[in-house]
Amino acid sequence: MDQLSRAQAELREMDALAAGTSVVHRLHPLCKLFVTVTYIFIVVSFHKYDLSGLIVMILYPVILFQLAGIPVHVCFYKLRVVLPLVCAVGLANPFFDHVPLAQIGNLVITGGVISMITLMLKGCLALMASFLLVATTPVDALCGALRRLHVPAVLTTLFLLIYRYIGVMMGEAAVMAQAYSLRAPGQKGIHISAWGSFLGQLLLRSMDRAQELYQSMVLRGFRGEFYYMDIPACGADSVLFMLISICLLLCARLVNIAQLIGNLFVR
Amino acid sequence: MTRQLRCEVKKLIEFQNVSFSYDSKTPVLQKINLTIKKGETVGLIGANGAGKSTIMKLIPGLLHGEGTILVDGLPVARTNLPVIRQKTGYVLQDSDNQMFMPTVFEDLMFGLRNYGLSREAAEARVDEVLDQLGLQELKYRHNHKLSGGEKKMAAIATVLAMRPEVILMDEPSATLDPVNRRMVIRTIQALPQTKLIASHDLDMILETCDRVILLSHGKIAADGDCKTILSDGALLEQNRMELPLCMQTPGR
Repeated sequence: MDQLSRAQAELREMDALAAGTSVVHRLHPLCKLFVTVTYIFIVVSFHKYDLSGLIVMILYPVILFQLAGIPVHVCFYKLRVVLPLVCAVGLANPFFDHVPLAQIGNLVITGGVISMITLMLKGCLALMASFLLVATTPVDALCGALRRLHVPAVLTTLFLLIYRYIGVMMGEAAVMAQAYSLRAPGQKGIHISAWGSFLGQLLLRSMDRAQELYQSMVLRGFRGEFYYMDIPACGADSVLFMLISICLLLCARLVNIAQLIGNLFVR
Repeated sequence: MTRQLRCEVKKLIEFQNVSFSYDSKTPVLQKINLTIKKGETVGLIGANGAGKSTIMKLIPGLLHGEGTILVDGLPVARTNLPVIRQKTGYVLQDSDNQMFMPTVFEDLMFGLRNYGLSREAAEARVDEVLDQLGLQELKYRHNHKLSGGEKKMAAIATVLAMRPEVILMDEPSATLDPVNRRMVIRTIQALPQTKLIASHDLDMILETCDRVILLSHGKIAADGDCKTILSDGALLEQNRMELPLCMQTPGR
């Protein structure tokens, strides 16, 4: 299977993951959305040197991944392209911040190193939480939840259509790449001289297919807004999950739990 | 008495002097006049580029040409499009383009919800159509995991769920294996609606249609009884077609 077909298959796997039936999948999408947004806000709000406080936040995605029955390595595998970029954000910090913060033996740990690790961890945790939300909530339900929050229809429809059409574009690209490789044996990828016409053709073919898809939607009464998946009323379990999660997250933000546990052992 | 009864048969689709061209230089359709009556199953045949798909797309207003097109008495105009599109179901040639929701169930629900049916009523309608076509086991299947034949049947189901008065089918048997092709033919035969089928599969047309319209260079070359036209080898050859396989003599 070539890279494009694999990417297309991975996109479909996300739909399959979201169609699960675990306790996390069954939670109300709006509650999951609230908790995820709160979690990301809280994670981002930690001070750049507060690594010990941030470490406790790892528990949230780890516990939810277990409850959702999604192996954590699936998350890392699917985010393999984005994670290095997120991690690269703090790489320059050790060169600019030389303030010594801790010492292990003869090794002095500077503020730059701590802030680099904190930044990387923040990025990873935010991505993991977002992945968890998408992997446990069908995209229609997510858009439905956003509509309930009065996010404009044009934005939610745009989001949904991009999600759907990106697969169409990847499918067209995969077919074209296959046709190219059949007539260019021994070549790795597509030669730079062919990129112009390849991209042009891809655009035209994608537009044709998108046009057909749009016509199919219009023929069945589409007038600019999707009727998203019906979201049932928020159940007590979902509300309880939301309240407990937000309370625990706030506690973890206000009290340095890792330090408290450490103090039990070190005087 | 017979004459009186004939007059009462409702005209469902009417083309009056319809012309169409994509680039204003090469006409795709030239002054087409045709009428399709309620209950008819009409085959639309012709060589590539003869204008079959254009005719199909003009009916639900996906394309706009010159002249007048009436669907159940309503002119195909912007204001009438919602009603006309509810009356006409269009099965596209490529089922992948027809099925854009994640599952068969959601795809069937899409049109029904857009036309204002409550969730309960829409679900009941979905079950009814899936039962009618014997597709209940596909209900919650993901579209991308369906075989070609299953996709085609599901695409027909999405159209039937809308309870259209006329069904337009563009190459319904294309890319299907013999078993799936047979299944689609049986389904078409069992549908009571008015049908307009554009296809190169003349054997399928012979089995499903009672009338055939032969298009050539944007004009109607022949319009009449299915068997009469499809057995006229000279006429078909003149219009870059062949006799259906079942009518060809061995060694031909």
